[in-house]
Amino acid sequence: MFQPKTKNKSTKRNPEPINVLSSEELTRYYREMLQIRRFEEKAGQLYGMGLIQGFCHLYIGQEAVVVGMQAAAKTQVDSLITSYRDHGHMLATGMTPRGVMAELTGRKGGYSKGKGGSMHMFSREKKFFGGHGIVAAQVPIGTGLGLAHQYNEDGGVCMTYYGDGAANQGQVYESFNMAALWKLPVVYVIENNHYGMGTSVSRASATQELYARGTGFGIPGVRVDGMDVVAVKAAGEIALNHARNGDGPYILGMQTYRYRGHSMSDPAQYRTREEVSQVRAERDPIDRVRQQIIDGKHASEAEIKNIDDEVKAIIADAAEFAQQSPEPELSELYTDVLVEA
Amino acid sequence: MAELTYREAVAEGIAQEMERDETVVFLGEDIAKAGGVFKATVGLYDKFGPDRVRDTPISEQAILGAAMGAAMTGLKPIAEIMFSDFLAVCWDIVANQIAKIRYMTNGQVSMPLVIRTANGGGARFGAQHSQSVENWSMMIPGLKVVAPSTPADVKGLLAAAIRDPDPVMFFEQKSLYSSKGDVPEGEHIEEIGVAKVVREGSDVTIIALAAMVPRALDAADRLYSEAGISAGVVDLRSLVPLDTKTIFEQVEKTSRLVTVEENPRLCGWGAEISSIVAEERFWDLDMPIIRITTPHIPLPSADELEDMALPSVERIFETVRQGVD
Ligand SMILES: Cc1ncc(C[n+]2csc(CCOP(=O)(O)OP(=O)(O)O)c2C)c(N)n1
Ligand SMILES: [Mg+2]
Repeated sequence: MFQPKTKNKSTKRNPEPINVLSSEELTRYYREMLQIRRFEEKAGQLYGMGLIQGFCHLYIGQEAVVVGMQAAAKTQVDSLITSYRDHGHMLATGMTPRGVMAELTGRKGGYSKGKGGSMHMFSREKKFFGGHGIVAAQVPIGTGLGLAHQYNEDGGVCMTYYGDGAANQGQVYESFNMAALWKLPVVYVIENNHYGMGTSVSRASATQELYARGTGFGIPGVRVDGMDVVAVKAAGEIALNHARNGDGPYILGMQTYRYRGHSMSDPAQYRTREEVSQVRAERDPIDRVRQQIIDGKHASEAEIKNIDDEVKAIIADAAEFAQQSPEPELSELYTDVLVEA
Repeated sequence: MAELTYREAVAEGIAQEMERDETVVFLGEDIAKAGGVFKATVGLYDKFGPDRVRDTPISEQAILGAAMGAAMTGLKPIAEIMFSDFLAVCWDIVANQIAKIRYMTNGQVSMPLVIRTANGGGARFGAQHSQSVENWSMMIPGLKVVAPSTPADVKGLLAAAIRDPDPVMFFEQKSLYSSKGDVPEGEHIEEIGVAKVVREGSDVTIIALAAMVPRALDAADRLYSEAGISAGVVDLRSLVPLDTKTIFEQVEKTSRLVTVEENPRLCGWGAEISSIVAEERFWDLDMPIIRITTPHIPLPSADELEDMALPSVERIFETVRQGVD
């Protein structure tokens, strides 16, 4: 844990998971993570069938990060923003699988009526501010969302997600300085899935402790097991409290992993199959929480099976909707360029 | 002649120049070990090694800044910006630094570098990965701007760009990467700043660039067979320098001019050409100049919408037919 000396004691607490979660909570996280996984698998299938075109970046493997953070966040108060690898974030904020899937298929029923696509969806209602295709652009924008939380005194914090690759963009550090200077309520969540496209962190970053890069700005940062939803939630609570209390930004370095290629068109030849299967076998976030549920007798096998079936049905419905929803009106091409055309 | 894809021609052009000149170095994101996200630089890393072909962090400002610094003392860097949309991330280095250094140093420092980038739409990539931004570069004094439409021109013009003592913005059209064409074997180099008449015509001249060239050619075929209109097609190939000589010759010959641009309408390169032709060859014209462009909108992701936005063969055919009628 990297901790500048000036910080107060409360932030020095080690965010080790204290397992006091209720059965309801654990099964909810299981359900939410599973929903993301099944959604992404379905998106992958629809892509393979040609029903989804363009880019499609799957979140499979990383589910515990956003689900754990949302569990720690004040929903409807805290905002979030991320990159193009955004489907999981949207589902975790409660955006509908139907609306997200229909955006992927480019239909009228999608969140941006097909104009945004996989990388660009938003829901002001859910305080989800995208969905951004330019690597790291969301970092200063998330800093600005934090500025608005502070100015409006709405008690909210902006969770600003970015990847290990994005961590090498200059605008990240301009944002750090500004956020620290003005004590903005921003939690920077680095989703370190170990690769930026085909380049591993070790080939791209001079130092691999990306969460420690706030040190020079006095921003505390911790490394978190991003494959453990309980650990994510615990760390998220500390970070969000810190930011919410007016102590300024905080950095969480989520150690996670993406199982699929960078996007659907990436055969992922830069890593071995063994590497992927080992993470799947040993660190899978969904298997892990499932095991916790069973070991702690939080739910029976039958109850878990029930959740699996419900999730399956929700995703099947979303996929159906996304194929049945009509194509957008051609006149949509010209709407929303400016307030008035 | 050998048949190559547009993407293979990129690697060939770079390899040709790296072989003959060891001051040529190449840097960009995932260009080395992975061979580029569009697989346009496959084999270069194996051939020339990690000193000359470098994978960079995702840091566009540093990529172009480093290319510029290296060029200041005589290296000839080729820098890849993966998608032309990302030029906006490092535009300071392009517009304020690279483009102006020769002028500000009284010619002491020149900028023999090339910025290669994948430009344009048609792949359902949405508003931040589909733009045609060649016109952004055209409006900055101090840059050359090249955009080839065929594999032969990719190789020949890229080689010329690398040898050029000035900075060249090299726009590859991402929807053309898999297209094929004959490329001369052995050393191949083209001249930057010379447009090519790719189809002779007597009734109307269609000027196009990059992906719009094959579309203009298809439209010209249809204009001839379906409407009896003889349309000539000019592949502009470079915006700076602009080959006004060829443009004027064609205008004098056909008295009618249509430009086909993929960039959004306002301040597209066709506006500049229209203005030059209106000023210099007004009395040769029998018809108002027509510009066919993408509307002034960001590009949508959905396929039908994107297809409607970009100038299509059908739109070119119909617009020219009605204009000439
Ligand atoms: C400014 C910019 N540069 C490059 C790209 C191309 N690109 C898209 S995603 C990506 C890798 C990003 O890696 P990381 O930040 O680790 O996120 P991940 O994809 O692993 O979630 C790159 C290079 C881009 N979209 N924007
Ligand atoms: Mg990554």
